[in-house]
Amino acid sequence: MTDDNLILNCQNVVMDYDGFKALNNCNFSVHYNELRVVIGPNGAGKTTLLDVICGKTKPTSGKVLFGNGVNLVGKNAEDITKLGVGRKFQAPSIYANLSVWQNLDLSVKRASKGVFPTLMGRSTPAERERIDETLETIGLTEHVHDRAGSLSHGQKQWLEIGMVILQDPSLLLVDEPVAGMSDKETEQTGQLLTKLSGKQAIVVIEHDMDFVRQIANIVTVLAEGTVVCEGTVETVQADEHVRAIYLGRAKVAH
Amino acid sequence: MPEQVVTHQDSRETLLLYAVGVLFLIVVPLLNILPTEDSWLHISDFRLNQFGKFLAFAILALGLDLIWGYCGVLSMGQGVFFGFGAYCMGMYLTLQIGKESVYGSELPDFMVWTQVKELPLFWYPFKSFVGGFLGAILVPALFATIFGFLAFRSRIKGVYFAIITQALAFAAWLVFNRNETRLGGTNGLTDFKQLLGYRLSDPSTQRGLYIITVVALIASYLVCRWIVASRAGKVLIAIRDSESRVTFSGYTPWMFKLFVFVVAAGLAGLAGMLYVPQVGIITPAQIGVLPSLEVVIWVAVGGRGTLIGAILGAVAVNYGRSVLTNYFPEAWPFILGGLFVIVVTMFPDGLLGMIRKLTDRKKTPTPLIKAEGSTAA
Repeated sequence: MTDDNLILNCQNVVMDYDGFKALNNCNFSVHYNELRVVIGPNGAGKTTLLDVICGKTKPTSGKVLFGNGVNLVGKNAEDITKLGVGRKFQAPSIYANLSVWQNLDLSVKRASKGVFPTLMGRSTPAERERIDETLETIGLTEHVHDRAGSLSHGQKQWLEIGMVILQDPSLLLVDEPVAGMSDKETEQTGQLLTKLSGKQAIVVIEHDMDFVRQIANIVTVLAEGTVVCEGTVETVQADEHVRAIYLGRAKVAH
Repeated sequence: MPEQVVTHQDSRETLLLYAVGVLFLIVVPLLNILPTEDSWLHISDFRLNQFGKFLAFAILALGLDLIWGYCGVLSMGQGVFFGFGAYCMGMYLTLQIGKESVYGSELPDFMVWTQVKELPLFWYPFKSFVGGFLGAILVPALFATIFGFLAFRSRIKGVYFAIITQALAFAAWLVFNRNETRLGGTNGLTDFKQLLGYRLSDPSTQRGLYIITVVALIASYLVCRWIVASRAGKVLIAIRDSESRVTFSGYTPWMFKLFVFVVAAGLAGLAGMLYVPQVGIITPAQIGVLPSLEVVIWVAVGGRGTLIGAILGAVAVNYGRSVLTNYFPEAWPFILGGLFVIVVTMFPDGLLGMIRKLTDRKKTPTPLIKAEGSTAA
C-alpha cells in the first residue's frame, strides 16, 4: 500500500447494516487520472462504496484515504466535496425549476459557499467562461436558458455531470450514468466520460457491458461487498470465478 | 421547444407593480382626505384602516413565501413570530396609556386586577419606543434563530418541520393565554391611547400608520426580491428541488434554511408591529394554530413561489373575508377551507398563475413551480 500514485485507497472498508455487510473488508484503489469501471451483480455494494467515499454514509470500519493521505471517513459530505470528490447520482439530481445556466452557476467551485458570500456573489467573467466551456463539453449550449426540468432524461444526466465537473473534482464518482438512455445517448455519454478522464480520476459504476467495453481500461468486479477481480475487460470476462458469480453458482471466497 | 426560465417578471408586470405601489401609497390616502364623504370616490377612515391591516398581513405572507414558496420548508408557526412582534409593540403602547387607564394607575389595567404590584422586569425595555420597535423585530428573529438552529441542524425536514412549528404555535398560544405570563392573558393587550404622542383615535394618525405600512411593505418586497434574485435565492430553489445535490455542491443547506427562516420571522415581527396600532388589540387568538395556518392559505391562494402572489393572496383573502363575513359570518371557515382545496387541487400556481395564464394565452405559460423529478435520496 505504498503506491503514492493513488488518488483513492479504500482499506478494509466494512459497511454493516444490522448484520448485513454491504461492504465486507473491501480494498479498492484508483490511480490519478484513471477511468475505472466497477461492475458487479445487484447488491454487490457498488453504490454503497460510492456513498462511503463521498460521505453520504459512514462505514462501520476501515479507511478511505484520498489524495495525499487524508482519511475521508468521518468527514461530512460538504467537506469531502470541497476536498475534490464529485458525486453524480444514479437518478438525475438537478434543480428542475432553475435554468441550465443557473444549475451550472450554483455548482461552480468557489472559495466560500456560505450564506452571505452567496447572497452577495456575482459570477466573474472567468467563471462565465468556464460555464460556457462546460456547456460545450456536455452539449447543452443551445439549452442554456431552458428550465432544467424540461430537458430529456439523457440531457439531465449530462447536465448533472457538467455540474459535478464544475466543482473541479480530482475524483469523479459516477453511478450508472447510462441507465434509461437511448443507444445514441449512451454512446455520447461514453465519449463524454472518456474526454473527461485524463483531467481527473473517474469511477463509473455500470451494468451495461457494451458501454463498459466502450469506455473501460481497467474493470473492478465487486461481489458481496468485496473486490473479487480486477483487470482489463477481456481478462475479467474470461475469469471463471466472475462468470460463476454472475450466473449465481459460486459463493465468494473470503 | 422546451420552456425557458423567466428570471425577471416581464416589463409589463413591473410597470403594473409600480402603478399599484403609487395607487396604494399616494392615491388611496388622497381619496381618504380630498373627496367629501358622500362622494363615490371617497375612501372612508374605516376602509383605509382595513387596507392598512391587510397590507401588514401581506408582509407576513412575504416571509412565509420565502421559506415555503422558495425554499420548500413549510412553517406553520408564522403566527408566533407575528405575535411576538405585535406583543412587543403592544407592550410599548400599553405603557403609553399611563394614568389614562381605567384604574388610573401607572400599571396596565390587567395587572391591577390580577393584583400585580410592580411592573415585571421584562416590561422595562418597552417603556421606550425604541425598545418596542427593536424588540418587535429582534425578539422574533432571535427566537427563530434558536428554534431554527435546533430544528434545521438536526435535519428536521418536510412534514416533521411543519408539525413541530404547528406545535410551537399551539405552545405559544397556551403560554400567552396564561395570566402568569403577565401579558394580559386571554384578553391580550388593548385600549391603546397614543403612539409617540400621536392619538391613535385621530384619523390622521391612522392615515400616517397606513402610509408607513405601505412603505414597509414596499421595502420588505424589495428586500425579498433582492434575496430571491441573488445566487442565494437560487440556492433556496435548489434546496427545494434537490437538497442532496446542493449538499454535494459544497453548500450547507441548513444554514440557508436558517437564514430565510430568520428573515421570515423578522418580517412577521414587522407585520405584527404594524398591525397592533392599527387594529388596537392583540390577543393570543391572533397568534395560535389557526392564524398561522391562514397565512399558509393566503400564500397558496395568491401563488407560492412568487412574491407578488403572496401579497395578492394576503390582500385578496382578507378582503374576501371582510366582505363575506358581512353576509355569511358562519360560513367563512368553510369558504376558506373550500378555497384552499380548490386552489391546491386545480390551480397550484394560485391566483397569480391564473392571471398569468389568462393574460398570455399566446405564449406557453411558465409554471411557477413544478413538482417533479429529482429524487436522489
